[in-house]
Amino acid sequence: MDFSLNDIQQMLQDSASRFVRNDYGFASRRAIVESAAGYSAAHWQTYAELGWLALPFPEEVGGMGGSLSDLMVLQTELGRGLIVEPYLATVVMAGNLINRHAAAGQKQALLEALISGEQLFSFAGFEAAAQHDIRLISTTAGADGDGYRLNGHKAVVIGAGLGGKLVVVARTGGRPGDAGGLSLFLLDEDAEGVSLQGYTTNDGLRAADVRLSDVLVGPEALLGDAGTAAPAINAMLNDAIVALSAEAVGVMETLLSRTVEFCKVRKQFGVPIGSFQVLQHRMADMFMECEQARSMLYYATIAVAGGCDADVAASRLKVRIGKAARLVGQQAIQLHGGMGVTDELDVGHYFKRLTMINTQLGSRDAHLHRLVQLQSVA
Amino acid sequence: MNIDFTEEELAFREEVRQFFRNEMPASVRDKVARGCWPDREDHVAYQQALYEKGWAGVNWPVEYGGTGWSAAQRYIFYNEAAAADAPRIIPFGLAMVGPVIYTFGNDEQKARFLPDILASRVWWCQGYSEPNAGSDLAGLKTRAVRDGAHYIVNGSKTWTTLGHYADWIFCLVRTDDSGKKQEGISFLLIDMTSPGVTVKPIITLDGRHEVNEVFFEDVRVPVENLVGEEGKGWTYAKVLLTHERTNIAGVAPSKRRLARLKALLADPPAGVPSLRENAVFMARLVETEIELTSLEYTELRVLSAVATGKAPGPESSILKIKGTEIQQALDELWLEAAGIYAMPFVPEQYQAGFEGESIGPHFAPSMAPLYYNNRKVTIYGGTNEIQKNIIAKQVLGF
Repeated sequence: MDFSLNDIQQMLQDSASRFVRNDYGFASRRAIVESAAGYSAAHWQTYAELGWLALPFPEEVGGMGGSLSDLMVLQTELGRGLIVEPYLATVVMAGNLINRHAAAGQKQALLEALISGEQLFSFAGFEAAAQHDIRLISTTAGADGDGYRLNGHKAVVIGAGLGGKLVVVARTGGRPGDAGGLSLFLLDEDAEGVSLQGYTTNDGLRAADVRLSDVLVGPEALLGDAGTAAPAINAMLNDAIVALSAEAVGVMETLLSRTVEFCKVRKQFGVPIGSFQVLQHRMADMFMECEQARSMLYYATIAVAGGCDADVAASRLKVRIGKAARLVGQQAIQLHGGMGVTDELDVGHYFKRLTMINTQLGSRDAHLHRLVQLQSVA
Repeated sequence: MNIDFTEEELAFREEVRQFFRNEMPASVRDKVARGCWPDREDHVAYQQALYEKGWAGVNWPVEYGGTGWSAAQRYIFYNEAAAADAPRIIPFGLAMVGPVIYTFGNDEQKARFLPDILASRVWWCQGYSEPNAGSDLAGLKTRAVRDGAHYIVNGSKTWTTLGHYADWIFCLVRTDDSGKKQEGISFLLIDMTSPGVTVKPIITLDGRHEVNEVFFEDVRVPVENLVGEEGKGWTYAKVLLTHERTNIAGVAPSKRRLARLKALLADPPAGVPSLRENAVFMARLVETEIELTSLEYTELRVLSAVATGKAPGPESSILKIKGTEIQQALDELWLEAAGIYAMPFVPEQYQAGFEGESIGPHFAPSMAPLYYNNRKVTIYGGTNEIQKNIIAKQVLGF
């Protein structure tokens, strides 16, 4: 039993924390969000040089062979900086899926391009009717000659529109509701029949709705075997929930410390407002939520990495994070008073990210519902 | 990062399991499993079985006859004890006054008191709260005035749990009121059979006699019963309060109660509502289970820090609040599971040896009294509001 950081994790934490402190101040983040590109290509190269893009991939494809807990440590620090570069989309989701499901011959080149920083990827899986339940996906990839013809509409593809490649989930078999029949395809964003409707999300990320209209691809666009992608997607989503939750923990801990600092200096009635017991207890509640969220993160990281009841562990984590995020986020705004609702102060932007994290990869209610269904049939 | 046990810890767990299988009195286990309250003899029988095994001093150092167990071993022990339906270890002697005596007492006191505490030959109770000193414990008024070789004690203590079973009481008494209120408090051991000591029952919402008022009228206490220095009692009491940080959350018993509830829902006996189809109830159950898992990992984080030689982090301050909130959430879930048979008040159904016909499912009518009784957990040991004051001050720096 040991929860202390090992040497690699300590190094990751130090380098990420230094990067956020020195190179990712709130003003420079704002400039990145408002830039035409929507992310910093220069920072992305830095992430490559620091080894962050290589972290979770096996050594034989040029990765670092890092564990899920290594990823957790890094993501928590990136959360403190409100990083907008598509790390989750490219590394944790699309890259993870390529590594899990692509054929050996495909994997090498794709992951080398990812790890070097020259290629971005996004995960085009979710749909409006399916929300985050991949079994309900309806996008089709019918056989066409020796290739496929793709039709469908992918909703809110985070990181799409940055010129990267799309990892698309489509049905080569089965019907919505079946886990079988799901396949992965690699598409260019500007391929014929692919149209992107790009936008910025509420929390400053770039994303797009992706429409696929009779997109014709050759057999080489299929990643791995046809019809069998569901287990890999599911495992990837569990990892992604852990990584996203780790980011949430970094965001929440930052909000707590910002709020405590603010209440020590903000004076009303001639005294710091933090001298009022009603506010102290509110901050004690925020502190407890942060600690319980961190503990749940440890539980789920160990369970998901160990493959022990991973689906349940990931859902339980997302429920717990959603609950904590609501209290910590809302109370951080409340205790900052009017300043909390301004665009000027960074606190509101942490709150906006936290709110979107609850939606991303399935909300607290959605995962709670899933757990209730699992319990009821258990 | 891992929660793996070592080979030695796994072997230890097996030994603990065997102990509970073979050496815990079966009658005691049955009572706990049936939701009956163990009586004095049951507790003593269990604790003496632990003593025979050398396990009574769970958190005591070896030199005083304790186990000297690591944090991980204690975690294993408490989990196995709860899983085996062992009653709680009555804390007043083994977890409270014992550690104070071996930490601050003199050699004579150690020799006189520790062996009987360890062997559960003497029942202790705690004299802290007073009618006008609850959350503001340092405002206590029970007075001890020196008179030659004795202190003369006058005053009263309240909420004295199982004081009617007790042979001795450890008390915080005021020996000086000239300075700061924390500074005039002393730690005194008092024989309950001393002339002038009276115990009066307090009946709680569940109809039970568990707590008492204890009155002291010109009680003569030999000065050799003072622990440590006069006026330092507050310091000792604080050490005592933080002594057993790991077990305060009650994670292991809560896990047991949750597992029992899930087993009940999976195969509900006649008269129990079929709650597995009730998504509202199940959502509450799932969220309680998640909170409990979080807390278990918070506790493991504390244990892991201690095990690697570090001081427990700030997360240790949430154990009492979260642990008691979860206990009360479980009370509410169980009350719901009792359905319509939550209503009858039939305490005799839970007496040992009851052979009449059960009213409703056997467990059901005990759930409301338990719910009432357990409202105490967010009040005792420093109310949860006081705990939040402590977090604000010691962790957040207000």
